[in-house]
Amino acid sequence: MIAFLRIFFIGGLIAYRGLFNWIRPAIYIPTMLVGPLFQILFFAYLGRYSRLQNDAFFVVGNAVQVSAMSGVFSATMAIANERQFHTLSPLLATPANRFAVFMGRSLPVLVNGLVVSAFGFCMGYLLLDFKPPASSLAPLALVVTVSVASCTAFGLTIGSIGLRARDVFLSANLVYYLMWLFCGVNIPLNALPGWLSQIGRLLPLTHGIAAARRIADGASLGSVSGLVWTELGVGAAYATASFLLVRFFEYEGRRRASLETF
Amino acid sequence: MSVARLLWVGWRFHFKSLTLSGFFLITTVFGPALIATIAYYMFKTGQRPGTLFYASLGSAVYGIWSATLFGSGGALAWQRWQGTLEVVVSTPTPLLLIVLPLTLSTSSIGLYSLASTLIWGRVVFGIPFQIAHPLAFVVAVPATILGLGLLGVVLASTFILYRHANALSNMLEWPVLLVTGLLVPLSLLPGWSHPIAWVLAPTWGVRAIRGAALGGNPWPSTAVTLGLGLAYLVIGAVCLRYVELAARKQATLSLT
Repeated sequence: MIAFLRIFFIGGLIAYRGLFNWIRPAIYIPTMLVGPLFQILFFAYLGRYSRLQNDAFFVVGNAVQVSAMSGVFSATMAIANERQFHTLSPLLATPANRFAVFMGRSLPVLVNGLVVSAFGFCMGYLLLDFKPPASSLAPLALVVTVSVASCTAFGLTIGSIGLRARDVFLSANLVYYLMWLFCGVNIPLNALPGWLSQIGRLLPLTHGIAAARRIADGASLGSVSGLVWTELGVGAAYATASFLLVRFFEYEGRRRASLETF
Repeated sequence: MSVARLLWVGWRFHFKSLTLSGFFLITTVFGPALIATIAYYMFKTGQRPGTLFYASLGSAVYGIWSATLFGSGGALAWQRWQGTLEVVVSTPTPLLLIVLPLTLSTSSIGLYSLASTLIWGRVVFGIPFQIAHPLAFVVAVPATILGLGLLGVVLASTFILYRHANALSNMLEWPVLLVTGLLVPLSLLPGWSHPIAWVLAPTWGVRAIRGAALGGNPWPSTAVTLGLGLAYLVIGAVCLRYVELAARKQATLSLT
């Protein structure tokens, strides 16, 4: 059990540092903070012009969604880059528990997603008309954490496909873009055609964003517990899928001797 | 004649090369169509249906901007990573004549954005494609592409000074989309942002294209777009010269 925890926490952190050794303030600030900030501002102003909803609607939707910069891209890289960097074979040659190895590295990704999201909320408060009641902050933080965790699990699923696919980063880009449309980030789900909103309900963030909006509007955590549990369930489903895919591609990669071939 | 040939061959080569890139197809076809779709739904739900064609045209220019930003902003950095920058710089041809067709090709693949958003809007949302001044439209589109392509020379020559050109590109995509009025009218934005918009070609390019398509006088905006393009060319040429000399002097041309 101690070995499992050591690999999960310490191994996860070391792997994250190794795979993201290129991250420094000169890259992080423009990409993870300034870019998402202007995404929030853009959609809030577009919302004002379209008269669709108030600023709070767009701040909450986009501040939660920008966590996908970490949840989708970083989580994808956290698995798929082992293959890109040719470190996958030595990693899989170890007897270490696979769940601890791959899920452990999702923890720094989750923390990073929370930082990006919290920055978005703070900027929404400072620059736009977003003033949630103080009593909503703790439940809002909980809902955002659940949403970011769910999104990270989704990113791990895409990353595990990267153990086989030639270019999974293109898919990660596509998915990130589609979240703006499918997940109710900028358009209420009931304004979308039925099939689009159905896809949205199968994706992470959708239920979390809906819950976060109601909490920011003054609702209690209990009144949105159904949405929060659904978000958690979606995340658990993706985490399971991710783990099964990692195991499957490991097995197939060993059988075909194609772990690091492209 | 040889300069014209160089520009043509370079433009054609880079245009074909960018067309084969999945990333640039996402940037120019998928991204703008998605932004347009979101804008359509927001305008429709917000009871602003008259603005759908307006959104199509704004999204198309956004696509041209995105392609220019990512393509031109990283142009020299990519040459550096691929190890071809020294070869390119050491040729007797001025560096500007090598960079210019590259940046023009990045804005030219924005034509895919125009086509994709207009076709997508027509087929999926039934937005009528009616051009008020066809001749002006035919002039405004290439003028916008040229204006942005020349802005690309400035991006290419200045981003190289920052070691992480891609991060700069990631940062600038949304601010320019917002501040140039591609989808949100400038009148809604704070007054201090207007002078920034005035010196950016997308502001005038989209005005020219909208003026030609929706009605109005597009010619002044077309002229400003081209005038700004000329200014960008001069600034870009000076910056390129400075960067090239500095890199040669300090022997940092190939250092990433």
